[in-house]
Amino acid sequence: MKNGKKILIVDDELSVRNSLREWFLEDGFAVETAEDGNAALQRMHSGPYDIVIIDLKMPGMDGITLERRIREIDKDAAIIILTAFASVETAVEALKLGAFDYITKPVDPDELSNTVRNALKQRHLEAENLRLKAKVSELTLASPIIGDSSRMRRVLDLISTVAGTDANVVIRGESGTGKELVARAIHSQSERRFFPIVAVNCGSIPETLLESELFGHEKGSFTGAQYRRKGKIELAHGGTLFLDEIGDIPTKMQVDLLRVLETRRFHRLGGNQEITSDFRLVCATNRDLEALIEDGGFREDLYYRINVFVIDLPPLRDRPEDIPALTGHFIEKYARAMGKPVKDVSPAAEGLLASYAWPGNVRELENAVERAMVIGREASVEPDDLPLPLARTGTEPEGSSLAALERRHIERVLREEKGNITRAAAALGIDRGTLYNKLRRYGIERL
Amino acid sequence: MTSRIDLCFINGYAPSWAGRVAEESARVLGRPVVSVDLEMDLPRYYSADRGQYNATLILAGLLRFRSDPHSKIVGITRVDLFIPVLTFVFGQAQLDGPGSLVSTHRLRNEYYGLPKDHERLVDRTIKEVVHEVGHSFGLVHCQDYNCVMHAATYVEDVDLKSASFCPSCESLLQENGMRPRATA
Repeated sequence: MKNGKKILIVDDELSVRNSLREWFLEDGFAVETAEDGNAALQRMHSGPYDIVIIDLKMPGMDGITLERRIREIDKDAAIIILTAFASVETAVEALKLGAFDYITKPVDPDELSNTVRNALKQRHLEAENLRLKAKVSELTLASPIIGDSSRMRRVLDLISTVAGTDANVVIRGESGTGKELVARAIHSQSERRFFPIVAVNCGSIPETLLESELFGHEKGSFTGAQYRRKGKIELAHGGTLFLDEIGDIPTKMQVDLLRVLETRRFHRLGGNQEITSDFRLVCATNRDLEALIEDGGFREDLYYRINVFVIDLPPLRDRPEDIPALTGHFIEKYARAMGKPVKDVSPAAEGLLASYAWPGNVRELENAVERAMVIGREASVEPDDLPLPLARTGTEPEGSSLAALERRHIERVLREEKGNITRAAAALGIDRGTLYNKLRRYGIERL
Repeated sequence: MTSRIDLCFINGYAPSWAGRVAEESARVLGRPVVSVDLEMDLPRYYSADRGQYNATLILAGLLRFRSDPHSKIVGITRVDLFIPVLTFVFGQAQLDGPGSLVSTHRLRNEYYGLPKDHERLVDRTIKEVVHEVGHSFGLVHCQDYNCVMHAATYVEDVDLKSASFCPSCESLLQENGMRPRATA
């Protein structure tokens, strides 16, 4: 049975190329050959190989130079150096550059088989190690979804319902409501949980880089593309692709994304090889996609493709009954991280937390609690420990519209931070992209 | 479909057990195997540097002796074989092609300084013939250590495996047209 592994043989002698080719074909490999370094590099651009066997002495580009050039294109291929002129110096140089092993020809059949088998084993272990590390860090970072309000119970029900299917999901909600947390919960309850969940924030990556981030690129496909790089779509193979701020994807790229969603096939930038990726798509947005469609900013066909199952996350102000539980959760989290005792919340601070509008939602609450845990000296969280904008806004007159409240709050924080977007976004508990969106929406000019 | 397999003993190499190899190979392969004598200009394939014979070149020369376009041909020789990059080979085949070649040189106990063992040599030769013909029917090496298609780089590996195909290789042979498909 074919073993599904690909091998590239680079040797200037036709008889060596042919005999190795026959040998590895009988072993079930897909085999390709190249007669010199340039031909080998061309082949490397057209597809990844599990193993590359390189003759050390070749006219033109020698084996060591070729190994160095291949490493610039593909860091993962196992390279085996083959030579009739064995010497310790060249062997050491080849191994220093990352060659798996070094064998002299004519080689004993058993030695050749063992070297290749061990190279494949090491490659498999390295790939598995990376996957497990990613999984461990994902599990370590995973946070529970806190909330016993009826609206959050409904959200948890929806997560359980959709997790077992392969349906595309759109999570809608204001910034800071926990959309990524919901995406991770869907992934961790799905059949795909042993494969990665790969997140991309489409709003925070410049348009020029987003395409390469999603689709990957080949070496030299644009200025600065020094290595072949797999895109997030390719990395999500077997698992879940989480596209945050999907409404921010440029219209041109929406066409490419739609094609991938329809075929699960694509090309890296500057590449000819068709890549297949089997992933489940979860998107999130804080924008009104229907309104974007009307304005021509979002493709209707893409919308219908992604909008199979919708989960609406309520803003924190609509579920104030969850604030005490969330506050307690964050106090425990930061007490543990900072090595401090767990605190209570004083009634006055509790009242302040409950009356505040939380425009930055749960993320803003978490930041407020973290700050209180850092600066608080009392046995419980007191009003003075809470961030100043929070204390002031807590006394905002009733009857103000939420939008007006948010606008005034943003303007105040911007003034306090002297127009510094990064610091203002941090103080508001939102990211810079979201702050820019809000500035645009409210017509606020930067100071 | 392949009409028959010609088992060609090269240059007067006509051991008394040639008929047994043909008979047993035919039983495992499920195809007629005919034992024939063949004269080839072997010295032209000799490498003085290596003190061995180039298997790839012999195999290419062997193809000229095919009895018909649908037949397969297997050469059996007692000379030591090599391919340019390897120190030696027990045999060589064209994957999914008409020809293959087997050397008994390193299948003999005497090569390893052990007492002559006639039965063992016959058994090893049968396995190598079936293995190489398996390649010529498109089979690659098998992970099942008991299957005749399991790779052998030492003569002990040849002894460990059986002369038959595992169920997985059997079904591939069926797909490749060497076996009649089972009917309900």
